This record gives sequence, C-alpha cells and structure tokens, in this order.
Amino acid sequence: MPPASSRIVLAKLGLDGHDRGIKVVARMLRDAGMEVIYLGLRQTTDSIVAAVEQEDADAIGLSMHNAGHLTLGPAMLAALDEAGLDVPVIIGGIVPDDDRPILDDAGVAAVLGPGASAEEVVTTVRAAIDFASAGGDETA
Amino acid sequence: MSLRQVPIDQVIERALNGDRRAIGRLLSLVERGGDDAETIETATHVRARDSHVIGITGAPGAGKSTMVARLVAAFSAADRRPAVVAVDPSSPLTGGAILGDRVRMAEVDTTAFIRSVATRGHSGGLALSVPGSARVLAAAGFDPVIIETVGVGQVEVDVTAAADTTVVVVTPGMGDAVQANKAGLLEVADIFVVNKADLPGASDARRDLELMLELSHVTGQEDADHRPPIIMVNSLEGDGIDAVRTAIAEHRDHLVTTDRLQERRRKRARYEMRVRAELAFGAHLQRRLGEPEFAATVDSVAQGDDTPAAAARKLWQPYA
Ligand SMILES: Nc1nc2c(ncn2[C@@H]2O[C@H](COP(=O)(O)OP(=O)(O)OP(=O)(O)O)[C@@H](O)[C@H]2O)c(=O)[nH]1
Ligand SMILES: [Mg+2]
Repeated sequence: MPPASSRIVLAKLGLDGHDRGIKVVARMLRDAGMEVIYLGLRQTTDSIVAAVEQEDADAIGLSMHNAGHLTLGPAMLAALDEAGLDVPVIIGGIVPDDDRPILDDAGVAAVLGPGASAEEVVTTVRAAIDFASAGGDETA
Repeated sequence: MSLRQVPIDQVIERALNGDRRAIGRLLSLVERGGDDAETIETATHVRARDSHVIGITGAPGAGKSTMVARLVAAFSAADRRPAVVAVDPSSPLTGGAILGDRVRMAEVDTTAFIRSVATRGHSGGLALSVPGSARVLAAAGFDPVIIETVGVGQVEVDVTAAADTTVVVVTPGMGDAVQANKAGLLEVADIFVVNKADLPGASDARRDLELMLELSHVTGQEDADHRPPIIMVNSLEGDGIDAVRTAIAEHRDHLVTTDRLQERRRKRARYEMRVRAELAFGAHLQRRLGEPEFAATVDSVAQGDDTPAAAARKLWQPYA
C-alpha cells in the first residue's frame, strides 16, 4: 500500500481577486508530493467547511489580502469549530507582526508571508499537519 | 474529535446515515485500499445497487467540470441527490496533484457531495478505488453518482466505461471527435455532448461524430438498439443541459427495459474482478520472481541464453 498523500484545501477567502500567489503555493505543495484541492477565488467559510468535509482534507491554506485576516481568519476557525473539524489552518498573505498574536489566539496554525520560499511553505504545512495528527499535543 | 480515531464500523454507520464527514473519511480509506477498503466494500456493495452511475469523459479542458456542475444543479432541482467523483492526474514525478475541478463547481459544492481524486500513479489503484468510492456515495444515498475523468489513458477510459451510462464530451475545432475516436472513446459512449457549442465549428464537430457513428454502426457496436444521441451544449449558459439530463434518464430506462443494465453491471463486475485479480496476481508473481527457485532462470535471460518469453512461461504456466 502506498503511503497516503497529504491533502490540503487551498482557497482565497474574501473578495479580492488576485490568485497569482495562491497558484504558486499550489504548485509548491504539489511538487512536494501533496494533493492540493484548489478552490480558487471568492470562497466563503461555508464552502471551505464543505470542501474539508467532502475531501477529508488534512489542512487548509487560506490566502488573504487587504487585511481580511483579522476578521476572516478567526471567522474561519469559528466555522470549523462549529462543524466539529479540527483541521490546521495556515494563512498566507501580508500579516503585520502586531496582528500575529490575534491569529495565534484564534487558533491559526501558522502564517506565511508573501516572500516565503517553497521550502518554508512545505515545511510549515507539513509541521502543521504532523502537529495536528499528533493530537495537537506539543509533547507528542 | 477526529474521525481518524473512531472505529471503522462507527464511521461506516455514520456515513450510511448521511454524515458528510464520515463519508469523506470512508472515501479516503477506500482510496488507500487494504483491509479497511474491503470492510467498507462489504458494507456498501449491496446498498449501492439502486443508484445510477454516470461517467463523463473527454479531452482535458473540454468543459467537463463546468457541465457536471450544471448537471448537478439540474438533478438537484429534480429532487435527486447527486454526488461527483472528479479524477485528475497526479504528477508522475512527485506524486502530488493539483485537483481543480471544484473551481468550476463552486455553485453546487455545498449541496452536492463532490470528491476530488488524484490518479496517484498506480493505475490499478484507480480502477479499484473509483468504483469503490462510487459505491460509498451510492450507499450513503446519493443518486446519481457522476464520475468525471480525463479521456486520455486506458484506465481513465475504462473507469468511466464501467458506469451505467457514459457521456463523452467533445468540443469544436482541433479534430476533437477524431481524437476521441483514437482514444477509444467512441465505442464507450452512450451519449455524446458537443460542449462549447457557442464556439465556431460546433456543427462540424457534430457532423464528424455522425460520420464516425455511421461507420461504427456498420461495423456493429455493443448495443445495437441504442444509437447514442448527440447533444449540443453551452455549459457556460446552461443551454442543452436539460437535454443531457433527459438523454441520461432515457438511457437508464433503455438499460432497465432491455435488461441491459444487468449486462452493464456484469461487465463492470468482470472488470473489477479482473483488476483485483491482476493486482493480487501481479504482487504474487513479483514475490515468486524473487525466490531462489527462479534465480537461475533470471540469470539465463540476463545472459542471453534464454528468451524472456520462454522464461516467463515457466513463471505463469503452473497457473494456466
Ligand atoms: N465557450 C465556452 N467555454 C466553456 C464551456 N464550458 C466550459 N468552458 C470553459 O472551458 C474551460 C475548461 O472548463 P472545465 O470545466 O474546467 O473543463 P474540464 O474538461 O473539466 O477540464 P479538465 O478537468 O482540466 O480536463 C473553462 O475556461 C470553462 O469556462 C462552454 O460551453 N463554452
Ligand atoms: Mg475538470
């Protein structure tokens, strides 16, 4: 039996229409052997929750611009919580240092800046998946 | 709590009751194969028999996903509960994949159940897991179950052809119909769709298909009482979608009234049995080849003393 590939849902939450960055990230993750379920632009927390359930995803990568992260990030976590899903959320985009604690508190697993290298992206996603599958226990 | 820690019997029970997260989990286990997949098969096989399995295939970019989204909406409006299994190729180099079919299905992705599947390089696996996934969805109450595959590659075509009803999608220009013929898609089609009928050359594509059908009719196709209709569709606008849905329903009626449904399902049964046996037998032969008994034979082929065909016969003859 071949080992199952990690599956990650990639989406752009909110209204802005740039998908260059998220497409680059999709290729980075594919090239690292992951299965990327690409949802594209203008997703809602509902459509992402539906995708995670149907696709049995191991992680969610959200790309956000226009400072949407402060409201949309926590909204995403709340929607997952309500659906009973504990899937790590990684946010990509421009997040000022001051905002990081807010995202951490909301339960966001990791934040990747716009300049992140392929290696950084892949390592971060893998670590988030491994951490979550170990039960989210730091000592596991 | 993650379903990964829940015993499989409970996950199956939840899935059969329509719990979407449990269904999603079962589909992963089916894809992985092995004992869990077999347990799931046992629990779903009989329950799955009443759902209509529809295969949709065609060249990359033909507009299959866009059309499937429209069909899903049409089936839902008719009080059916459609589900979709959308297959995309894995990268042969890294094993990774970008599964992008959901992008086209954004309008129906919370109501229908859509599962994206990567081919994962091992074709035998796909041939087993796609019918298995369709069974899970059917057993969970979805009907129809629509399977989208790219119509290149024998396994992808076989998987779609194992459906009750197979729809082949071609587009205007680029000799799509001719390509479809070469890819072996013409023989498996129960319904043809000329998608992107809004583009120039749509009527030429239709004529190409008619011509090729005429020829294959002469040589005799599998189901002589069913002549595949050709339907012009613009999936962006939804034109022709109702005609596709009607043609699918009519084909299903045809299958039932002529007893060809059972024939189809026997064909699918043979296909699944063969693939399973091939995989098991292949693994067995691989093991045998590594045993000391065959070392001398392997050496003699490598040194040029014996031919591969003669040596292979020593391997398989005991089973023939
Ligand atoms: N003009 C026109 N374009 C269409 C039509 N249907 C789909 N398209 C476009 O064709 C492109 C491919 O559509 P998809 O639905 O992704 O095609 P597909 O066959 O699922 O593609 P793969 O899964 O990648 O093989 C998209 O840009 C669609 O918007 C149509 O009826 N007319
Ligand atoms: Mg598609």
